[in-house]
Amino acid sequence: MNGALDVALRLLVVFVVFLTFPLIVGQTEHKVMAHMQGRLGPMYAGGFHGWAQLIADGVKFAQKEDVVPAGADRRVFQLAPAVALLPYLLVLLAIPIGPGEGAVGQVLDAGVFFVLAVMGVGVLGSLMAGWASANKFSLLGGLRTAAQLLAYELPMLLAAASVAMAAGTVSLPGILHSFHWWWVPWQIVGAVVFFVAGLAELQRPPFDMPVADSEIIFGAYTEYTGLRFALFLLAEYAGIVVLCGLTTVLFLGGWHGPWGADGLGWVWTLLKTALLAFLVIWLRVTYPRLREDQLQKLSWTLLVPLSLAQIALTGIVKVVIS
Amino acid sequence: MTAAAATAAVAAAGPHGFLSPTGVEIAFLLVGLVTLGAALVTVTTRQLVHAALWLVVALGGLAVEYLLLTAEFIAWVQVLIYVGSVVVLLLFGLMLTRAPIGRSPDADSGNRWAALAVAVAAAVALVWVVVDAFRTTWIDLDGPAAGSTAVTGASLFRHWVLPFEALSVLLLAALVGAIVLSRKAKADAAPAVPGKEGAR
Repeated sequence: MNGALDVALRLLVVFVVFLTFPLIVGQTEHKVMAHMQGRLGPMYAGGFHGWAQLIADGVKFAQKEDVVPAGADRRVFQLAPAVALLPYLLVLLAIPIGPGEGAVGQVLDAGVFFVLAVMGVGVLGSLMAGWASANKFSLLGGLRTAAQLLAYELPMLLAAASVAMAAGTVSLPGILHSFHWWWVPWQIVGAVVFFVAGLAELQRPPFDMPVADSEIIFGAYTEYTGLRFALFLLAEYAGIVVLCGLTTVLFLGGWHGPWGADGLGWVWTLLKTALLAFLVIWLRVTYPRLREDQLQKLSWTLLVPLSLAQIALTGIVKVVIS
Repeated sequence: MTAAAATAAVAAAGPHGFLSPTGVEIAFLLVGLVTLGAALVTVTTRQLVHAALWLVVALGGLAVEYLLLTAEFIAWVQVLIYVGSVVVLLLFGLMLTRAPIGRSPDADSGNRWAALAVAVAAAVALVWVVVDAFRTTWIDLDGPAAGSTAVTGASLFRHWVLPFEALSVLLLAALVGAIVLSRKAKADAAPAVPGKEGAR
């Protein structure tokens, strides 16, 4: 195939995934939350079980006036949603969904570092929003976001480093190529740490202290309306897709499955990602919000030691079996 | 990454000239100009938070330069550590201060000329060292990447392991020092700080 056409096609596919998967997760969240809480959720838009609810929401957001507060720092305020959203698009490029050459947007030599580095950049968007809104609730939300990121970035990195040690490579397809089924029990502690820390970085419940609506309205996003607000929401759901995809690739074996790994690898990847996304929604409905000091304590006194222990275990097993 | 990579690059070096630049060289130069400009704005702007955000541009531009030099691993680590963590820490610190929206009239220093002198001296020293070390070394962009993770790791832990360990010890000492300093400050200010806030 023509080189330029190939690149354009890959980018197009990744872009379509980026636009649709977060919406699917969002609609699933509507319905799953509703059923777990003993109600129906959206039922009217589109006719069949409210499937078009998010499209209707999008139209509503697009119609709203785009307001910038008078006291705000105009350019930073307007730039913040893009900074929050675009990193997830870049990360999606690097996540492999199948074993073949054509099943990943771009093979990167240092894929693990790429995805973690770029995901960290997304948080800058929340910080910019929090500061530039000229609102005390926004500022508090920004502060909490920063504190949370600093606390949870470390265990996430350490857990990912453990997998990279086990595989002997930092390339995402490379990690999957050297995967064996017994890695799942071997790396399970790292997997839990990675997933929990990722949830905290996305500010999903129960780690949603930075946007706690009963205390600080909606944190850093309080002053946003219309499409810019929708972009922040989209960033959250794109983040769920990225986190679940990454956990699948790093810890659950990606395209490997009990059977059919050759042709149906991408089905396994999507299935595992969808299961994890369901778990994210389930956790939101199940657990109450953690207090700020509990958040910090969980990270520094539990997740960091656990991830260090996982690295030690990985090192020992690696030396023994080699 | 120098010794092995440099010899490989020297071996691959053909006739190169400054008068017939390739596309990568032009891109390198342009990104370098953007980085330099962002760095200048960072130290001259009167808006504190804008300075931190321009620093993101400067550090990101540096990462792109590493990428153009095929040092992919270094580039991502640059983004991870500097853009993702150091700038976040900076913004966190700025949010704890007044950091008003708009200009801070007192965001200026009487030391600006001394700072400029130090910056120029540091730049001259660095440029001199780099020019002296590499002179006419060219990276062969068509061959295997000279800065891939495997190459970087091998040269770091074979040729440069002693400086690496020395730096680790230095960082450890800084870490211990920071803990000692913060414990002492906390003991002094204990009655004034409510327990919940002091925990962080």
